[in-house]
Amino acid sequence: MGQVVLKGINKFFDGMHAVKDVNLQIRDKEFMVFVGPSGCGKTTTLRMIAGLEAISSGDISIDGNVVNNLAPMDRDIAMVFQNYALYPHMSVYDNMAFGLKMRKFEKPEIDKRVLEAADILGIGELLKRRPRQLSGGQRQRVALGRAIVRHPRVFLFDEPLSNLDAKLRVQMRVELKKLHLRLGTTAIYVTHDQVEAMTLGDRVVVMREGVVQQVGEPLELYNQPANKFVAGFIGSPAMNFAVVTVTEANGSLIAENSGLRIKLPDETARRLRGHIGREVMLGVRPEDLTVAGSVDLGHPCFDAVIEVVEQLGSEILLDMKVGESIMVASVEPTVSVRVGDKLRVAMRPTRLHVFDAQTEAAI
Amino acid sequence: MIEGARWRKWVFFYVPMALFLLFLLFPFYWMVITSVRPDGELYRPWNSTNYNPFWTWNPTWVHVRYLFEETLFASWLWNTTFIALASTAISLVCGVFAGYALSRLNFPFAGSLGTAIFITYLVPQTLLFIPLAEIIRNYRLGDTPWSLILTYPTFLIPFCTWIMMGYFKAVPKELEECARIDGASRWQAMLYIVIPVAIPGILSAGIFAFTLSWNEFIYALVFLSSPAQKTVPVGVTSELIRGDVFYWGPLMAGALLGSIPVAIAYSFFVEHYVAGLTGSVKG
Repeated sequence: MGQVVLKGINKFFDGMHAVKDVNLQIRDKEFMVFVGPSGCGKTTTLRMIAGLEAISSGDISIDGNVVNNLAPMDRDIAMVFQNYALYPHMSVYDNMAFGLKMRKFEKPEIDKRVLEAADILGIGELLKRRPRQLSGGQRQRVALGRAIVRHPRVFLFDEPLSNLDAKLRVQMRVELKKLHLRLGTTAIYVTHDQVEAMTLGDRVVVMREGVVQQVGEPLELYNQPANKFVAGFIGSPAMNFAVVTVTEANGSLIAENSGLRIKLPDETARRLRGHIGREVMLGVRPEDLTVAGSVDLGHPCFDAVIEVVEQLGSEILLDMKVGESIMVASVEPTVSVRVGDKLRVAMRPTRLHVFDAQTEAAI
Repeated sequence: MIEGARWRKWVFFYVPMALFLLFLLFPFYWMVITSVRPDGELYRPWNSTNYNPFWTWNPTWVHVRYLFEETLFASWLWNTTFIALASTAISLVCGVFAGYALSRLNFPFAGSLGTAIFITYLVPQTLLFIPLAEIIRNYRLGDTPWSLILTYPTFLIPFCTWIMMGYFKAVPKELEECARIDGASRWQAMLYIVIPVAIPGILSAGIFAFTLSWNEFIYALVFLSSPAQKTVPVGVTSELIRGDVFYWGPLMAGALLGSIPVAIAYSFFVEHYVAGLTGSVKG
């Protein structure tokens, strides 16, 4: 079992309100990812769950027991730190065995568990080495192994992959996912990398300035962001935003600003009925923009001037000037365009997002 | 280009280095040569025909023998060793715990307490010995090794605390946090993780403290009076300079033998010690 519940969690640091009223239910066996820009309170929340940071107010419970006043060692959790925090004066074996020794496990049991974990992680050869003789990826594995041998109820990960180079990070990401499938232990994972969040998480918590913005499955965050922040944070390249005024003409709704004038598709128009004459924020992802073909599919279109062409091989990123603002489109690699070209760009009508211009909440 | 580089290396590295070494090692050379030179040569006027201050053709052990047979040099050596080791041990234990507490435990006024401890180190011994003499007299510790073992920590503890504070700050906090999640209490985390990682720092603090108490002069001069209780620096200067007569040979032999243990301590721990000063705990 490993169900973690956060109820009304607050944290004040020297008068700064770092974590604001976080309520969260993390299910047993779930891989929950906390994501957000640096300073958003995600690591602080994790450290409060670990017991390394006191809670200013609220309750944290693991499997129904409130653990607010329990020492880290009594919470039955294991944590993997960003800098691995391997004990430099101990061999890999001793690093992994330390937690079990502290808990007075029998020698044969320690041996069994360490060898088992080393086998899972493929570090059986390294057991006699010291941390300084290991590469970054190997250290990462040892840090994981140290968490695994304990068979804890919950794994806590604090940006464990951010010290690895890009290639290794992708590889370890896959291994972490496999590991979680294999062990089935509840995991709480903190990262600032939205790709890690999307790929690893069963559910993702997006945080900003201490406030939870949205909790949901990765695709839910991608398809139905709760507000402009989540919409801009999830997805790469980031979503394009444009402030537009909603007007009505001939029974249909038009969104327009200095460089943009599009007829809103019916589904979007229904949501914006109450906003006629007001400003709203229109959002569209780069991958939902296409170069308009000769055949008019009735998609909303607008004119753009190409400013930068970024060839990625699998796709082309176009930085375009639309009126006063810049938009990015991700288009097929077969499209041939040059800087300075004028294009007609279409957006997928079903993929339009609209946000309140003031509150930034999705409409 | 390469020729130029070699030329530069000589002018800017080897030559200044050689001059510096010469400057640094000359006093030791002088001690060695004086302690093995017979009295006849030592007291020869500078304008005599065969005057040669930098070399001798008649080396002799008489000064060293004099030191061990006619003075209490052996007891002085033993006294100094015992006092230096004991006061270093006391100061290290206190310094390690105080340094840990000041750098790791968040308690009110930790910062100002650290500064206050450092300030006590700045009070000159030449002032402090006056009140301390009173205390030593009241506790009837005068003329015993304890008068020094208990007073040296007045400057050694602040010193060790300060060094250890800096060192503990360089040990990543996560190591300890990880240990505490792994099941160690704060005490165990300190004992099994933080202190072993801080050993280079402890060694450097220890060597410094040992050297400071080994060479200490003023407290030893004030608090010890009988020749049998004296330490090397005090014994040598008080027993081998009588009035205006300097027993140069034994004096230099004493200085030389007195500096050897310190030199050994340094060279023995030098690797750890350098690592300690540069504060490296990279995993």
